Amino acid sequence: MSFKRVVITGMGALTPIGNDVSTFWKNLVAGVSGAAPITRFDAEKFRTRFACEVKGLDINNYIPRQEARKMDPFAQYAVIAADEAMKDAGFGEDTLDLDKAGVIWGAGIGGLKTFEDEVVNFAENGKTPRFNPFFIPKMIVDSASGILSIRYGFRGPNFITVSACASATNALIDAYNYIKLGMMNVCISGGSEAAITNAGVGGFNALKALSERNDSPETASRPYDKDRDGFVLGEGGAAIILEELDHAKARGAKIYAEMIGVGMSSDAYHITAPHPDGLGAQIVMKNAVENAGLKPEDIDYINTHGTSTPIGDPQEIKAIEKYFGEHAYKMNISSTKSMTGHLLGGAGAIEAAACIMAIKDQIIPPTINHFTDDPDINPALNLTFNEAQKRTVNIALSNTFGFGGHNASVIFKKYED
Amino acid sequence: MSAISERVKQIIVEKLGVEESEVTPEANFQNDLGADSLDTVELIMEFEKEFNLSIPDDQAENIGTVGQAVAYLEENVK
Repeated sequence: MSFKRVVITGMGALTPIGNDVSTFWKNLVAGVSGAAPITRFDAEKFRTRFACEVKGLDINNYIPRQEARKMDPFAQYAVIAADEAMKDAGFGEDTLDLDKAGVIWGAGIGGLKTFEDEVVNFAENGKTPRFNPFFIPKMIVDSASGILSIRYGFRGPNFITVSACASATNALIDAYNYIKLGMMNVCISGGSEAAITNAGVGGFNALKALSERNDSPETASRPYDKDRDGFVLGEGGAAIILEELDHAKARGAKIYAEMIGVGMSSDAYHITAPHPDGLGAQIVMKNAVENAGLKPEDIDYINTHGTSTPIGDPQEIKAIEKYFGEHAYKMNISSTKSMTGHLLGGAGAIEAAACIMAIKDQIIPPTINHFTDDPDINPALNLTFNEAQKRTVNIALSNTFGFGGHNASVIFKKYED
Repeated sequence: MSAISERVKQIIVEKLGVEESEVTPEANFQNDLGADSLDTVELIMEFEKEFNLSIPDDQAENIGTVGQAVAYLEENVK
């Protein structure tokens, strides 16, 4: 059998810097930070009191209250992003075989707020077990894909991928492969997360993973800067509609880009720390480039994992230099987490969207908040500091790495018939 | 209307998102008010919380309409 080609025909985004794709992309190119003091809960006693929250969102404008209250915020975000993507894809009547349409979503944690609220309620009420019947279906991480499948009547493959901060990329990888193998025609993929809660911030604070730059939230996420001190927690997500090429052409769909290759690897090293030489990161990029049938020098842009942690950033850079050799200094590299913060399981989705838009508009979104060079990071690399750069972008690669040593990369290419 | 039936009505309006006028004594939670089995379990729990009592499962199974809920609560709320 021959492999099918896979293209992107719709996108939706709900992010800390914009509640739809066009606002997200405009602000990403303009270098806008989404960080601000936490409003989701009283963070006064926490070491970190800021985050990249989704802003100005009235859920009831998107989902009726009775439906919304049965969804954890991470699933509400999935619905909002997917609705935009489905509208964008513009499936007309009878253009979809619903038995061959799937949902493969990514989330690293799932219904954290739901879990927290129910357990707090249990503890505060004398430990009398009066759990809400919607507790489990709201909390379980696969609720998001289940809800999307019900919403659009998609009866094909339907599940969630969980690999911490690589989750959404793993979702895109599975969606890509199943379409490539002819097991479905269309898939709503992407990912979402909503972990800006007491337990989310407190838990990552305990790991000493978060920036504590409370006096300047908007400059706190500063990947590759000498004074970076941890990541900034973000929330939201993005939906990407993957479609088999002939299917897309038959219905005259708008095509953003083609997805041409994927890679996966493991550090096999430590549950939270990345491999010091970026070994897993090298392997995953190599696997993706080879899977796409490319050479390293074909890559124009890498959207890095680049979370702004002291140990994470240099290992990815080392891996890029080792794998790409001289070409490492010719491509553009940026971490859009400098603006969006880190969406955990949703990161791979919004960063895939950033790669796709970079190809569409031929511009590289910047790594903002660069103030001081880090002597451990080679200044010959073009990390797209502080301002977007126009350049030819035919092929873009997105890296994501997750606690557990999971690495996942995807490659998008400008669509040519 | 009794105080109990007014409080029951408010809970149903809040949880099921229906209009007050739909919440008649004959209205069945599932057939008339759009509840599914989980919504019904949640309603029973809300009644227990609001009226500070425990409704045994075999009793809860017999509460399918607004009127049945009000009747049960009027009889059992102290």
